[in-house]
Amino acid sequence: MIAFLIKRVVQAIIVMFVISLVSFSIQDNLGDPLRELVGQSVSEAERQELRDEMGLNDPFLVQYARFAKNALQGDLGTSYFFKEPALEVILKKLPATLELVLGATLIIMLLSVPLGVYSAIKPYSLFSRAVMGFSIIGISVPVFLTAIGLIYLFSIELGWMPSFGRGETTQILGFWGSGFFTADGLAHLVLPCISLASIMLPLFIRLIRAEMMEVLQSEYVKFAWAKGLSPRRIYFLHALKNTMLPVITVGGVQIGTMVAYTILTETVFQWPGMGFLFLEAVNRVDTPLIVAYLIVVGAIFVVTNTLVDLIYGLVNPTVKLAGKK
Amino acid sequence: MNDHVQTLDAPPSAWQRFLDSHLWHSFTRDRVAQFSLLVFVAYGLMALLAPLIAPYNPYDPAQIDILNAEMPPSWEAGSDPAFWLGTDAQGRDLWSTILYGTRVSLAIGLCAVALQAVIGIVIGLLAGYRGGRVDSLLMRFADVQLSFSTMMVAIVVLAVFQATFGTELYQELAMVMLILVIGIAEWPQYARTIRASVLAEKKKEYVDAARVIGFKAPRIMFRHILPNTLSPILVISTVQVANAIIAEASLSFLGLGMPVSEPSLGSLISSGFEYIFSGSWWITVIPGAVLISLVLVMNLLGDWLRDVLNPKLYKG
Repeated sequence: MIAFLIKRVVQAIIVMFVISLVSFSIQDNLGDPLRELVGQSVSEAERQELRDEMGLNDPFLVQYARFAKNALQGDLGTSYFFKEPALEVILKKLPATLELVLGATLIIMLLSVPLGVYSAIKPYSLFSRAVMGFSIIGISVPVFLTAIGLIYLFSIELGWMPSFGRGETTQILGFWGSGFFTADGLAHLVLPCISLASIMLPLFIRLIRAEMMEVLQSEYVKFAWAKGLSPRRIYFLHALKNTMLPVITVGGVQIGTMVAYTILTETVFQWPGMGFLFLEAVNRVDTPLIVAYLIVVGAIFVVTNTLVDLIYGLVNPTVKLAGKK
Repeated sequence: MNDHVQTLDAPPSAWQRFLDSHLWHSFTRDRVAQFSLLVFVAYGLMALLAPLIAPYNPYDPAQIDILNAEMPPSWEAGSDPAFWLGTDAQGRDLWSTILYGTRVSLAIGLCAVALQAVIGIVIGLLAGYRGGRVDSLLMRFADVQLSFSTMMVAIVVLAVFQATFGTELYQELAMVMLILVIGIAEWPQYARTIRASVLAEKKKEYVDAARVIGFKAPRIMFRHILPNTLSPILVISTVQVANAIIAEASLSFLGLGMPVSEPSLGSLISSGFEYIFSGSWWITVIPGAVLISLVLVMNLLGDWLRDVLNPKLYKG
């Protein structure tokens, strides 16, 4: 287990290193920090001097080492547009995005397990067919169209739900502006969370159904039936446990994917989160902000993936043997 | 009589084998699959023949009149019979623009998946056949790449390119960039599946036989093993094209894909979204419905193929 753990952590560090290298080369090639600093009016000689002084003429690796050192200390440069440390700007938007992901994850978990299990237990019932039909339609609708559809129906036609922004937020723990504690904040969360969930929900229903059906065919479940255990016990205790194993791995990867899809939902709903900020930064060629976003999101990906691998290793003892696969 | 003997002696033709196959048999019974294929073929024809069917050329500024902007479709009040699906915000005929957009979307989807398939098949064959260190290195690489979602990688890469090139140059290159990015980001899907089936095939006797005859590894990989991994390739390909089309649409919606002057379905929806609040729903809804049904029939076909061919797909 220890070897497995170390292996995973080392891999995570390597990936983080590659991400930082990529981010740095973006920073190196995109835009001119000097022009952002001094504008157009400074003479060429003075520019060269400044370049030397700032170390912009140093070899790539020297510059990268400096970048990495600063990054480790939490300094990712200053946003050209906001004139504030880029990392701070990003982290200020982090709660909005995380709450979106959290809300969507809740919807997915609460719906996918019962629906998936039901359609595995009774694959030919009318309801299961309806669920499967819904899920294939769900997979085929791009997330931004779901979002637009929801806005059109509930905000424009019916006028029930707000169509953009986060609404009223409350500060908790001093820095986390949360929309979970006011009615207005919750109302603003509903549509974005549903549209974000819509992309993953069908996937999870299908995955849980497929896994559950496979598990139900296995010997140990047949044995449990033969022992005369109650159906509820077999389904929800014996079978469901093993069904959830692959769901954990896929789930971990999908959380990362959801962070990517927040860019789409945030754009449609003008949700003031990291994704929306990132697209704005791209349009303004605000390089430090782009780089900070890459590093923060990269870290989220790496951390969730490593955690998921470790949890998987804990719940599934066979992984220990197959540490190298 | 004579014919009959001949079919017994000579191996049946490829067409005959296809008609006898499980695949065709199942197709004749599955209404959903027939319908999906029909719709997909219709889409294919629409895309292929777009310049012939379309009453206007949406790329030709001379045929666009801004005074025609935001005309509703023919069944709504205030429509113009010249534009049966209405016009978009720039005064382009929506029907023609959708035809051309479908063409762009399908082309990008197919090319991107072709690229994925080529990269993925070569890597999958190599990893599976060689095994050992090559295998673990390539698969670790695939793991890492898969752990970053395609969408994320695509958004970041395209965003950075757009910021570097500037919007104008980027728009000219958009199609190539989309194909490259979607194509490169998803190769692990193929590589993993191919590798899994290569591992199973490698143990079979025909591979040993080929090796004993003295065939070189590339020949065994491509001529002997590859044909036996076709059914998983077919299954993932349908789903991958559907995914690629969605990915393209999403990227275009974010403004990182096809420009509005040469719209795919995604950028058409994106340009319409700005007008949905003012009541011009058709610029968004009609291309949206076209996109959804295209992706839906591909997913239905993929599901059907998966059920029929039942290949061992890589899970997780």
